[in-house]
Amino acid sequence: KVDAERKKTFVLKMPMELTQSRIQKIWLPNDNRPALPRRSCGPQLANSPTVIVMVGLPARGKTYISKKLTRYLNWIGVPTKVFNVGEYRREAVKHYSSYDFFRPDNEEAMKVRRQCAMAALRDVKLYLTEEAGQIAVFDATNTTRERRGMILNFAKENGFKVFFIESVCNDPTVVATNVMEVKLSSPDYRDCNSTDAMEDFMKRINCYQASYQPLDPDDYDRELSLIKVIDVGRRFLVNRVQDHIQSRIVYYLMNIHVQPRTIYLCRHGESEFNLMGKIGGDSGLSNRGKKFALALNEFVEEQNLKDLKVWTSQLKRTIQTAEALRLPYEQWKALNEIDAGVCEEMTYEEIREQHPEEFALRDQDKYYYRYPSGESYQDLVQRLEPVIMELERQENVLVICHQAVMRCLLAYFLDKSADEMPYLKCPLHTVLKLTPVAYGCRVESISLNVEAVNTHRERPEEAKKGPNPLMRRNSVTPLASPEPTKKPRINSFEEHVAVSSTLPGCVPQEVPTQMPGQ
Amino acid sequence: VCMTNCPTLIVMVGLPARGKTYISKKLTRYLNWIGVPTKEFNVGQYRRDLVKKYKSFEFFLPDNEEGLKIRRQCALAALNDVRQYLSEENGHVAVFDATNTTRERRETIYKFGEENGYKTFFVESVCVDPEVIAANIVQVKLGSPDYVDCSNDEATEDFMKRIECYKNSYETLDETLDKDLSYIKIMDVGRSYLVNRVMDHIQSRIVYYLMNIHVTPRSIYLCRHGESELNLKGRIGGDPGLSVRGKEFAKSLAQFINEQNIKDLKVWTSQMKRTIQTAEALGVPYEQWKVLNEIDAGVCEEMTYEEIQENYPLEFALRDQDKYRYRYPKGESYEDLVQRLEPVIMELERQENVLVICHQAVMRCLLAYFLDKPAEQLPYLKCPLHTVLKLTPVAYG
Repeated sequence: KVDAERKKTFVLKMPMELTQSRIQKIWLPNDNRPALPRRSCGPQLANSPTVIVMVGLPARGKTYISKKLTRYLNWIGVPTKVFNVGEYRREAVKHYSSYDFFRPDNEEAMKVRRQCAMAALRDVKLYLTEEAGQIAVFDATNTTRERRGMILNFAKENGFKVFFIESVCNDPTVVATNVMEVKLSSPDYRDCNSTDAMEDFMKRINCYQASYQPLDPDDYDRELSLIKVIDVGRRFLVNRVQDHIQSRIVYYLMNIHVQPRTIYLCRHGESEFNLMGKIGGDSGLSNRGKKFALALNEFVEEQNLKDLKVWTSQLKRTIQTAEALRLPYEQWKALNEIDAGVCEEMTYEEIREQHPEEFALRDQDKYYYRYPSGESYQDLVQRLEPVIMELERQENVLVICHQAVMRCLLAYFLDKSADEMPYLKCPLHTVLKLTPVAYGCRVESISLNVEAVNTHRERPEEAKKGPNPLMRRNSVTPLASPEPTKKPRINSFEEHVAVSSTLPGCVPQEVPTQMPGQ
Repeated sequence: VCMTNCPTLIVMVGLPARGKTYISKKLTRYLNWIGVPTKEFNVGQYRRDLVKKYKSFEFFLPDNEEGLKIRRQCALAALNDVRQYLSEENGHVAVFDATNTTRERRETIYKFGEENGYKTFFVESVCVDPEVIAANIVQVKLGSPDYVDCSNDEATEDFMKRIECYKNSYETLDETLDKDLSYIKIMDVGRSYLVNRVMDHIQSRIVYYLMNIHVTPRSIYLCRHGESELNLKGRIGGDPGLSVRGKEFAKSLAQFINEQNIKDLKVWTSQMKRTIQTAEALGVPYEQWKVLNEIDAGVCEEMTYEEIQENYPLEFALRDQDKYRYRYPKGESYEDLVQRLEPVIMELERQENVLVICHQAVMRCLLAYFLDKPAEQLPYLKCPLHTVLKLTPVAYG
């Protein structure tokens, strides 16, 4: 009853006065009431931090999945980091001698391995409680119930949710391919030839077989939240998905595949507006742009691909470009160029003249900056997510799009942070050819040798200096997947001193909206 | 995006009262809303049309030759209609809603699919929890035409015996025997899922949808922002604040919400000032979604309809011709809205009690999803200001 009374007086006092934040154009109440948390740009993707626990024998794709998933989550704005226990082990045991290290009766090694796992978990805790991390991916075999039980306890003590991802595969061809792709070149086998390395690794896998207890959602593990990926995605078993982010993770895992294929990204040919230095709009190709379209056609033919899908936006210039290819193509509205709102069809000079403050704000924080009545790069990422999901499902695809859009897509494939994204170089008349390889993506830049204007604006010098008073405090810029933590702490059992925290209190994964002075 | 090349045949599998028809109808509604022409074919309905009066569970006894003959006939008639829908009427997805509990029956259907160039995807619902089954019977079986002349107790007793008729011959989708089929097995109303060989985009979307829906009772409240300054002037779009009456509405909404005494209500707004001002009056946390923003009227933003008719007479006429597909120059169409609202619908399915404070065109799209209104009707659904629509799932709708 007291609550109801309080609410009533609260309501009566409220003036409903709002101010629009200057960079993101988010409406906020004038009186900053920190008691009510708000989210700015979309649904709250996660509340408590989550530990994703990989499970599976060696060479089952755990690290592949860990890295890929982490890249995806960071791109959509959920701060995520991988903690690979193998890396901790390599730090602790400088030289790997042989599979004997992994024998279940090797007590000394078992001790070291356990310490590495503990050290990694300590870093997980730090990341999730003090470094604004939302999701930690704990990448290790975790093949025994005992180990998983230990992790569950750890999570419970710290109020983390746990989601297991198990990869099960008994196809010897797949396993052998994995070993060749990523194990032979591992630091462990630096001084071995391929045959010896292969032989040793197979014995290493064997060391785990006897004690492997797969997840059992029908009985022992019925209360756990998990997905079992069987035979590289032929089959999935999903149990007790708890929340939105787990649901998105499951959807993502079910859409990725490992078939070799190539993704081509390019912009439309040079447009009439490009020639005039105008941004946005819906103009047609210039003469040089048309030349590029023809050159693109030749290029595609030379690539000699089986079943190439071609996607364009719904703006004239990408469609005109695709028309030159004489291949069927699909138009996606989601691939349209960033909406510059009131600045559409202006040159940068005109913008600087007519909207000087907006012009300055954009240079300060190009990722979050939203054009008045337009969009930001952050908005673009949200609208491009279905494109990324479908790209993951597909095989050979050519995406003919626009500068800002291409930067967003490229940032996903090359794991570039939000900070870098708006400054990635995507020149006209250049095709980027992306091929998945090992744990990442190889990129080849192919200029088709047709002249065009340069539409790239470098990060201005002033913005490169330290944080500006106009910038938000407490801003959480989504990172690219951070380097896996390798700090060895196995020799000291004391809790180490906390890293200087960047953010006090409640930390949302997007930019919080309490902004002084805005 | 072209979501389907060849048509898809979805085949439901499961004992009676496992939610097959619930899933069929809901899935069909979702697919149609996102623009994939879908239709369900309920074999029970065909049976009711053929056998005018249902007597008792004995019709379903496995040794009732007459009954078996009729039931097989109905299944074939339904499949025939499926073929007509997918091959001649531009349907993309057909949902074949029947028990389909034997491997033999499923093979017949699979072959039918192959012969006609359809991809087949099985959706099996497995549930052994007697409480769930009892609840299902109460929700949707007691009111069935089959039991129109029975008391609830009689109906329940008969239906339980009906389920028994299927149990002995029930062959669940098997990990080994059915390893080459594409399917999802839903266990215990969504506690866990088994997904096998998803073939294409539409199957992937179907799986994602099925994994996000739930049956926990809840209510969804839809309303528009309070009256805005531009509403008063008869102007569309823009980003105005609330009028005096709009602020009054916001306060009334706060009172209304209080009175409803809703457990754990989530509040969502767009990123436009007028919905946020409305939410501010509630004194509870809310989430801003850019995708809930009003339809972008492009060059017509902030104009009155008179001004649009004057300045863009052709566009004005075109819009009335096909209001669903019509896109404002440099703006959006209702069709575009649906695509951008799909993540909202998906999250609404995941959530429980939610109040969505949005805008006229947006609210029409969301309402059309919940009330299964087709594209032609969607842009004309009545969503007046200062009115809250309270939606509660019941039976199949």
